[in-house]
Amino acid sequence: MQRKDLLGLEELGADEIRMILDTAGAMREVIRRDIKKVPTLRGKVVATLFYEPSTRTRFSFELAAKHLSADTISVAAATSSVAKGEGLVDTAKTIDALGADAVVLRHPAAGAAAVFGRYTRAAVINAGDGMHEHPTQALLDLYTIQEQKGRIEGLTVTFVGDIQHSRVVRSNIWGLKKLGATVRVCGPRTLLPPGLEEIGVAVFTRLEDALPGSDVVYVLRLQRERFAQGLLPGVEEYARLYGITRERLALAKPEAIVMHPGPLNRGVEISAAVADSGRAVITQQVTNGVAVRMACLYLLIRRENDDKAYH
Amino acid sequence: MKEKAQIMDAEGIRRALTRMAHEIIERNKGVENLALIGIRRRGVPLAVRLAALILEIEGREVPVGSLDITLYRDDLTQLSYQPLVYRTEVDFPVTGKRVVLVDDVIYTGRTVRAALDALMDLGRPAVIQLAVLVDRGHRELPIRADFVGKNVPTSRKEVIEVHIREIDGDERVVISERVE
Repeated sequence: MQRKDLLGLEELGADEIRMILDTAGAMREVIRRDIKKVPTLRGKVVATLFYEPSTRTRFSFELAAKHLSADTISVAAATSSVAKGEGLVDTAKTIDALGADAVVLRHPAAGAAAVFGRYTRAAVINAGDGMHEHPTQALLDLYTIQEQKGRIEGLTVTFVGDIQHSRVVRSNIWGLKKLGATVRVCGPRTLLPPGLEEIGVAVFTRLEDALPGSDVVYVLRLQRERFAQGLLPGVEEYARLYGITRERLALAKPEAIVMHPGPLNRGVEISAAVADSGRAVITQQVTNGVAVRMACLYLLIRRENDDKAYH
Repeated sequence: MKEKAQIMDAEGIRRALTRMAHEIIERNKGVENLALIGIRRRGVPLAVRLAALILEIEGREVPVGSLDITLYRDDLTQLSYQPLVYRTEVDFPVTGKRVVLVDDVIYTGRTVRAALDALMDLGRPAVIQLAVLVDRGHRELPIRADFVGKNVPTSRKEVIEVHIREIDGDERVVISERVE
């Protein structure tokens, strides 16, 4: 891996994505052991810096760092206390002075990780920047699809829900297209961004049209604030039109799997029956998330003789 | 890299492995509780072959696993690149087993040190032994092989290249020299 930071899947080549997934396969074996620890990153420091709430992503990164024997420091930044731009640069310089080798950053502003990366020697991993990208989520999704289906190329993956505001979908589209999958999106018209057809994504507003032929049904979390913003009429209606139930799932291929980035709104975007069925691979996604993040930390953390450029 | 001499041909490798298989059986008084674990990459096909030879001689199968030692290397912080990590695949419990680690060449001993750490993270073998196709000397750690195909005195400028059919397409051991 010749890059300093992992900012998004848009900038990664197919070979780089495959290398991360292959490395994650080796890491997956480590977390299956009784002793889930290898000495690889002894003496390295990983800082997690979250300007937005998150449980699973942060927990997953910290666990990944610990499995590799790195030390972790975690900084919870209250969004309100941090002004964008200047504040971020100063924080980056501080983290640099503290000697962190990798920084995992989540921030409400798109591009925050890229800015941060320019002012620190550490490897910066984007753990979600506004509506832009969430690369490690997409990588764990790709890994899970490959694990479940044996391949990615030639599969049809359908995303259902709030496409407009989803950095998870954005990262996944880049990754899936690069690895040769067909991508469909389906949601209410108010939550579909323009321009998806131009990058080769098929857009649907009716599940009945979108689901047939799907190998993977990827259900997105419905954020309640979308109702307040007037983008959606109400929870019940959304559930009736777009909720993934057993009956709806029957429209997809018989062996189709169901994915969800979590946390779930049971009974809204996904029925409890589907979420708890053998078709859902949501818990596998969480486990694979640790392996994929171990791979990213291993591949990105600088070596002594490394002189990756930075300002 | 300039090739200086061929040390073993395919027949030589076959004969050395056959002798080593006999020695492994003799040293362990049979194959009870025996397991072979190859160190990636070239130790793995060698372990598979030793297991096949042991089956021929004793009529009993011994489990074979593969170990990737990348995550245990002591020079990771000194490298300017990240070595690729391959999967460790040991799908049997190693605790209580008589484990023979298999590698193609032993040199400084650092790979074997890493393999010992990796193996002990998987469990607690009763005994760990080491089988190598070539011992080229220049040890930097107090580690020795129990079963050796061939001892080859070398200078540090020289490189031992083991070619294994399963990985390299041909089958021989050559000694080469780095050309400055």
